[in-house]
Amino acid sequence: MSVSSSASGGAILAGRGGLGGSLSDAFWRKPQLLLFLMLTPPLLWLGVIYLGSLFALLIQSFFSIDEFSGMVVREFTLKTYGELLRPSNLDIIVRTVIMAGLVTIASAVIAFPIAYFAARYARGRWKAMFYLGVMLPLWSSYLVKIYAWKLILAKEGILGWVFDKLHLTFLIDGWLALPIVGGNSLSVSPTGTFLVFVYVWLPFMILPMQAALERVPTNLLEASADLGASPGQTFRNVLLPLALPGVIAGSIFTFSLTLGDYIIPQIIGTSHLFIGMAVYAHQGTAGNIPLAAAFTVVPVVIMGIYLWLAKRAGAFNAL
Amino acid sequence: MPHAVSFQQVSRHFGAVRAVDAVDLEIAPGEFFAMLGPSGSGKTTCLRLIAGFEQPTSGHIEIFGETVEGVPPYRRNVNTVFQDYALFPHLNVADNVAYGQMIRGVGKAERARNAEAALEMVKLPGYGSRKPGQLSGGQRQRVALARALVNKPKVLLLDEPLGALDLKLREQMQEELKVLQKALGITFVFVTHDQSEALSMADRIAVFNEGRIMQTGTPEEIYRRPKTRFVADFVGSSNVLPPKVTQQLGGPAEWSSLRPEDVRLDAVSGHEARVTGASFLGSATRVTLDVAGEKLNVLLPSGLAVPEQGASVRFSWKPDDLHLMGTDA
Repeated sequence: MSVSSSASGGAILAGRGGLGGSLSDAFWRKPQLLLFLMLTPPLLWLGVIYLGSLFALLIQSFFSIDEFSGMVVREFTLKTYGELLRPSNLDIIVRTVIMAGLVTIASAVIAFPIAYFAARYARGRWKAMFYLGVMLPLWSSYLVKIYAWKLILAKEGILGWVFDKLHLTFLIDGWLALPIVGGNSLSVSPTGTFLVFVYVWLPFMILPMQAALERVPTNLLEASADLGASPGQTFRNVLLPLALPGVIAGSIFTFSLTLGDYIIPQIIGTSHLFIGMAVYAHQGTAGNIPLAAAFTVVPVVIMGIYLWLAKRAGAFNAL
Repeated sequence: MPHAVSFQQVSRHFGAVRAVDAVDLEIAPGEFFAMLGPSGSGKTTCLRLIAGFEQPTSGHIEIFGETVEGVPPYRRNVNTVFQDYALFPHLNVADNVAYGQMIRGVGKAERARNAEAALEMVKLPGYGSRKPGQLSGGQRQRVALARALVNKPKVLLLDEPLGALDLKLREQMQEELKVLQKALGITFVFVTHDQSEALSMADRIAVFNEGRIMQTGTPEEIYRRPKTRFVADFVGSSNVLPPKVTQQLGGPAEWSSLRPEDVRLDAVSGHEARVTGASFLGSATRVTLDVAGEKLNVLLPSGLAVPEQGASVRFSWKPDDLHLMGTDA
């Protein structure tokens, strides 16, 4: 007895000493203090830089531009929003929203099987391959990828060559002859814009979907089958409702990224404007900051409505 | 009448692991059948083979006379109460219970009625609108039971359904399950690692070890006449005595089992042994004796004087209680 107690000292061990030691003790006694110190810088960053600039933008959109001098008139007015709703501008908004919607749906359809495989079956090496395969395209420059697609989709490009070798060129020509989606070649058609959008944003759909699917316990799928549900019924009644928050998260990425992008439709597509291109043009060459700001508010409002609808439809009930 | 479930030489191997190894099994209709064994003994895999979540590597399975190899779970008239209940978190209790009927296309009003009736049966009337997350473990267990029973399955499979409940609740549920099973007449197949649960609830028990069935029989048979050392030790922790010791106690040179509660400490007659320890269990005291180098546990009913450690005592038993298990048990 006496030997062991003299060897290990008293009931309380000596402190670590120094500033580090007393700080550790202080934080242990007041965990809120540590939380406060850790959260303050990022919250300031988010609050001031992010939300602050967003707020400044919102205010800008309520200013207007003096048609003669081209100067911004710092008086609150709805004149700029009136301008936003002119048919030519409304056209841009509708075109962008339809494109974003189609890109989101296509991404979701392509992403689901990949995400499902990764969540349910991939283990070890296969899992690593999955992450690598999904992330690898994100590591290379966005511009390089888009110009690569220009080469793939151009009239004398890779895709055209493959179709030519297969004697299927008439398929491309037939598609390009269609109104709205067609054009002179894939690289200057809305179809081309759509393909590149889907390619570039797909990882942003796969990753949240995979995370959501991974959180659905296997025994719920077994329970569903046990109660008589075919795989299709299990998908509709159990898997999809439980993975829906992930699908929504992914769709927020693909939808909002498409709404805001101005480079892809400029390099691959027709001369018709998208919201991002309109913002770029108005704040740059045209110098109409208020209208550019008003255009930027559009995606924010659309995303707000989208989330509200998703919540009402019960998409987040499983959270 | 065909068996409710029959296994003929059924094996399920996962790579080199023989989870289930050449199992023969027959479960009678309306029987409360327990599969008892330590974890990893193959009992849960057997249950999953009946449910259809696993397919046998070899062998033949029939449910009520119908071959089920290649039949998916959703086409088997068998329902499962899962170990962790597996309630759908996005559906309320009523929709969970009505799930099977919703899948089968039963009308809304009718399935709501049936779900409420099933909830009444498990003593949770009026809980339909709650979410599973708002229920206690015991309540979830009852919902899982109602969700399975409302479909009136031919066989109900229960995978350690009481494992997560505290002792009091477990004893209460054991009784209720037994009453329910008798009232409904449905064949219950119950997987457990708790030997007292199996003994108190089942009509018959199969004791599993390392993917094989060691013994099948009524609780009485399993307890009184274990066939192997493993069964004797696993069910009721009997004293398993090697041939040499059996011989010293006046028996033949065979392995034998002597239940701790069948041994009496008796000052006048019997064999002599030394007391090596004693632990108080509440209703009894377990006294450990040293008999020819082997440990022998004795259950001493409370109220009797507990001998001191190191004391020399005499012990005896009724001739029938020394159960012989052969030379290679």
